[in-house]
Amino acid sequence: MANKRPFTDILAESMPKLVLAPSFLIVMVCVYGYILWTIALSFTKSRMLPQWKFVGFDQYSKLFNNDRWSVSSENLIVFGGLFILICLALGIFMAILLDQKIRQEGFLRTIYLYPMAISFIVTGTAWKWLLNPSIGIENVVRDWGFTDFTFDWLVNSEMVVFCLVIAAVWQSSGFVMALFLAGLRGVDSEMIKAAQLDGASMSTIYRRIILPSLKPVFFSAFVILSHIAIKSFDLVTALTGGGPGYSSDLPANFMYSYAFTRSQMGLGAASGVIMLGGVLAILIPYLYSELRNKEAR
Amino acid sequence: MSSHSLNNQQRSFVQKLLRVALYTILIFMAAVYLLPLFVMVLNSLKDMEEIRSGNLLALPQDPSFAAWAKAWGSACTGSTCEGIAPFFANSFKIVIPAVIISTLLGALNGYVLSMWRFRGSELFFGLLLFGCFIPFQVILIPMAMTLGWLGLASSASGLILVHVIYGIAFTTLFFRNYYIALPRELISAAKIDGAGFFLIFWRIVLPLSPPIIVVTVIWQFTQVWNDFLFGVVFSGVDNLPITVALNNLVNTSFGGKEYNVDMAAALLAALPTILVYIFAGKYFVRGLSAGAVKGA
Repeated sequence: MANKRPFTDILAESMPKLVLAPSFLIVMVCVYGYILWTIALSFTKSRMLPQWKFVGFDQYSKLFNNDRWSVSSENLIVFGGLFILICLALGIFMAILLDQKIRQEGFLRTIYLYPMAISFIVTGTAWKWLLNPSIGIENVVRDWGFTDFTFDWLVNSEMVVFCLVIAAVWQSSGFVMALFLAGLRGVDSEMIKAAQLDGASMSTIYRRIILPSLKPVFFSAFVILSHIAIKSFDLVTALTGGGPGYSSDLPANFMYSYAFTRSQMGLGAASGVIMLGGVLAILIPYLYSELRNKEAR
Repeated sequence: MSSHSLNNQQRSFVQKLLRVALYTILIFMAAVYLLPLFVMVLNSLKDMEEIRSGNLLALPQDPSFAAWAKAWGSACTGSTCEGIAPFFANSFKIVIPAVIISTLLGALNGYVLSMWRFRGSELFFGLLLFGCFIPFQVILIPMAMTLGWLGLASSASGLILVHVIYGIAFTTLFFRNYYIALPRELISAAKIDGAGFFLIFWRIVLPLSPPIIVVTVIWQFTQVWNDFLFGVVFSGVDNLPITVALNNLVNTSFGGKEYNVDMAAALLAALPTILVYIFAGKYFVRGLSAGAVKGA
């Protein structure tokens, strides 16, 4: 009778599950459990320490009436929108240029991409200096004789958010270029040859065949860039410190400052939850279309 | 079509012109990308007098490594004035264990999720992938409280743990996508021969893994080295990683601002990842696009 199998067999059989178990636990607790925990906290009046006194949506209404939060979420829309748009445009433009059988392509690609290896803190430090009116680009151009030249966005609360865009585009556009270049190399070359034989011009081939086949790359790049934008915290800290005033704050900076330096845990938690909501609003339609494509295949 | 009216000579002239324009744009873009690095190196070699009075694009008149020495050994970063050297060491103390542990876990997870699938393993993979995308702001507070209870608040081990926990989603993704492309016959033959879980991993799968191990290690190294958020939230005064120390150095200063020291410190902080990028760039790109194209 084989109903009493040796323990070693059972062990061997469940080994894959045993190996996966620690990671499963970690993910369930530290991702999903913590999200629920933060959501719970966002409904309490917790300040420096958690207090489990539930106050309904009070923290959320406080959040949406908070001027600093409105500024930071508006900044995110401006910053994120421009950052994504410029990175995509620049990325695809440079990828197409680089795809024209360029000599030294590898060398150029390395130069375009190296900012991606650097932390946002270093990027912020470098650009803080370049954008500083008294020593940076403004000073250089004035030095060249254009004494009326002004480029003081870094200290101008109306324009400072564009400084974030400049530095972030510098850091990430090369990466988007690499994604598109990989996509371009994956386009079916037979199709291109056939179109060329039919007498299609290069611009038609790009418009009709190559660009449409890059759609998936376009979507992944969009998702990654929006993810970078929503998470942007270190860049603001290093480049502007959120200033002047709080005019260049982003939601991630708001959350950090309320949860960890201003002892407003409930409000900080609420802002974290809204940020998650923002990510999901972008991610879910994307995942949905991915899954549907997979089923269609 | 207008091109019919052009004769061959004219056409080749136009093509040449286009090539020149193409290279001009590409080289101009390369200059733009190199500018910040170039300016940082240039000015880290000047003294403050020269920076204040001169042009930041001007070559240093009397290049010296004084600012580098100060940034490394004696600049003030908030509370201490020992330069960034101690924080450099802190970062390595955090990065090395975090990278090793998360890569190992990722390899084992990826192995199970590609070759030992069971009911629910795909669902788990989906749940795990989602972890790549959460904004960390939504887990910071509970994590801080948990580390406090575990007695790991403000410790290097706590920071290592956090990096491992939120790194395994990516490392697992890398290994799983790599292993799934290996020929199935390799494994099923071994299974029929009676080889067990770890034997197959050790003898067959691991020897095929060096490329993906390199990609994962580079990815994790860059991520953890460049991290600022976890560093600023979870590390105590004694364990500040280099990114946090650099930010302190640049943004808090008493007396005169020493831009040359700031620049040297920023370059030093960026050096390890830049070196990795120069020597293993092609793997770096592969890792990025694997994480990006397949993962997203």
